[in-house]
Amino acid sequence: MNNSVESRDTSNPLLVVQEVNKSFGGLTALSRVSLQIQSNEIFGLIGPNGAGKTTLFNIITGLYSADGGEVNLAGQALLRCKPHVIVQHGLARTFQNIRLFANMTALENVMVGRHVRTHRGVVGAIMRNTSTRKEESAIRAQALQLLDEVDLATAAEHLAKHLSYGDQRRLEIARALATEPKLLALDEPAAGMNPSETLDLQQLLRKIRASGITILLIEHDMRLVMQLCDRIAVLDYGKKIAEGSPAHVQQHPLVIEAYLGGNLA
Amino acid sequence: MRPGLNKLQTGWHALQRDRRSVVITWLALGLILACLPFLTELSLGRSWVRILDFTLLYIMLALGLNIVVGYAGLLDLGYIAFYAVGAYLYALLASPQFGLHWPVWAILPLGALVAGVFGVLLGAPTLKLRGDYLAIVTLGFGEIVRIFLNNLNTPYNITNGPQGISQIDPIQIGGIDLHQTQHLLTLTIPSTHLYYYLFLIFTLLIIFVSIRLQDSRIGRAWIAIREDEVAASAMGINTRNIKLLAFAMGASFGGISGGLFAGFQGFISPESFTLFESIIVLCMIVLGGMGNIAGVILGAILLTIFPEALRYLGEWQQLLLGRVWVDPNDLRLLIFGLALVLSMIFHPAGLLPSTRRARELHARRSILAQEQDSLYEQQR
Repeated sequence: MNNSVESRDTSNPLLVVQEVNKSFGGLTALSRVSLQIQSNEIFGLIGPNGAGKTTLFNIITGLYSADGGEVNLAGQALLRCKPHVIVQHGLARTFQNIRLFANMTALENVMVGRHVRTHRGVVGAIMRNTSTRKEESAIRAQALQLLDEVDLATAAEHLAKHLSYGDQRRLEIARALATEPKLLALDEPAAGMNPSETLDLQQLLRKIRASGITILLIEHDMRLVMQLCDRIAVLDYGKKIAEGSPAHVQQHPLVIEAYLGGNLA
Repeated sequence: MRPGLNKLQTGWHALQRDRRSVVITWLALGLILACLPFLTELSLGRSWVRILDFTLLYIMLALGLNIVVGYAGLLDLGYIAFYAVGAYLYALLASPQFGLHWPVWAILPLGALVAGVFGVLLGAPTLKLRGDYLAIVTLGFGEIVRIFLNNLNTPYNITNGPQGISQIDPIQIGGIDLHQTQHLLTLTIPSTHLYYYLFLIFTLLIIFVSIRLQDSRIGRAWIAIREDEVAASAMGINTRNIKLLAFAMGASFGGISGGLFAGFQGFISPESFTLFESIIVLCMIVLGGMGNIAGVILGAILLTIFPEALRYLGEWQQLLLGRVWVDPNDLRLLIFGLALVLSMIFHPAGLLPSTRRARELHARRSILAQEQDSLYEQQR
């Protein structure tokens, strides 16, 4: 299944992260991190705990501001953009610790994801004119379709907080997909999943990629990362120590050192 | 997907079949609402029709605050300020204070607009605040507005200070002065009844707008912000604008209601707009069921009528115990407070919780089962 890695077009990167720095007080979380994610690849970001993966993630998605550097999505500068503007530019994310709208139904959660691609305001809502009704039923239909794609159609009317852990993870993905992203950024989507759920997730992510969406994946489950990703970058202490195909990264001495400790080498 | 869709569809068909009984229910409700002031006057007296009028004003206020607190989850303790803005705008534009006598149809929309602007003025500096911090700032805002109104009689006399503004023009609609008893065929309609019908129309309008907003893209965005602001912004919601919109919409309801209040009372002073009023309106939506329109209406009705009913405590004591043992005014607020505490203990989500919370209660059992399942799986 791990095919066509070499043939992927590398001339036109979708996301370019250039020399991004970030420190919290005296602690350097990221130092001059650069990476490029090609269109329609699954790009893995791994590293030991505290390596700066989620920090980089939060910078790319606008929750943190960087101290320096540049982030571009399809030529659009993302740094200093508000999170909602970044979503507009085509970058959607999920959260490491699930952040669904707990007291909304699964369907409503995904419908909220359509917000950024729809436009009717207060007047439309009050008048409920034809265009608003059309938009509303389109939102509903698209949301149902997305729920179906992540196998949650039967849970459409359940409150998000009542879904099982694995279902919540997939609901978050459906909600992110509802924003029509070019790049879907997933922060540890397999965390807390059992092996069969992880396998389902793997299939789902392949399906999403097949539909033309690029995926950035932070993950601790090495088997998942190695099987799924086209390319991987490894962070350690805020620095990128390796980048390349799964096979390349697995053999890389610095990666082995980071994961197993220097003394063993 | 099929089972989910099918379930939705059968639900829809059931709804269509029920349509006739729904129509009948609504007709009956309409009839009751239309006769209510006359029935009330017959059974309880004219003063209770006045209480009905106030109930409607409070329903409007509570529905306005419900948008800010119930939908968007922004705890606002200064909401009565918008009521004050609407009331003073009406009073200044239709009273001898400046010799202006604008018609009501010009003042009310303007009142809604100006109150909405005040809503944005309150909202803008508080965008990054939540919960108790927001509550303190809004509380301050409410007090500032009241103190301004209290002191804007020097150096230029605008609000007439603590004396308030009197001789406010009564509301006139199509040449009908609502302060005068009107005759329709054989029917004599007193002023309190006329105001009842006017307020009823506005209340229904505000209920309608509330419902429409609730089930809309904007309503979903408000609820999303209430649930998780960070996630909402990460889903592309411009949290700043959507929150300001909630403040503005809620405030404009308050502004309309305030204008109606000024025309109805004929006299207003800063004393009508104290922190206590803000808290009572907040109690209404908490007691009734935050975020649920029917609950909020119920809360407003109960909290307007209950304290008034307790005024009869003296008479009841006389009747039951032979003499008045405790000053009814002392007892009134005591019982009122006790009732609030008890209802919060036994109905923490409100008397009519929003469907979200109701669903939560229904699903609790199955969730327990689910949790046990997942625990079991983890142990394996």
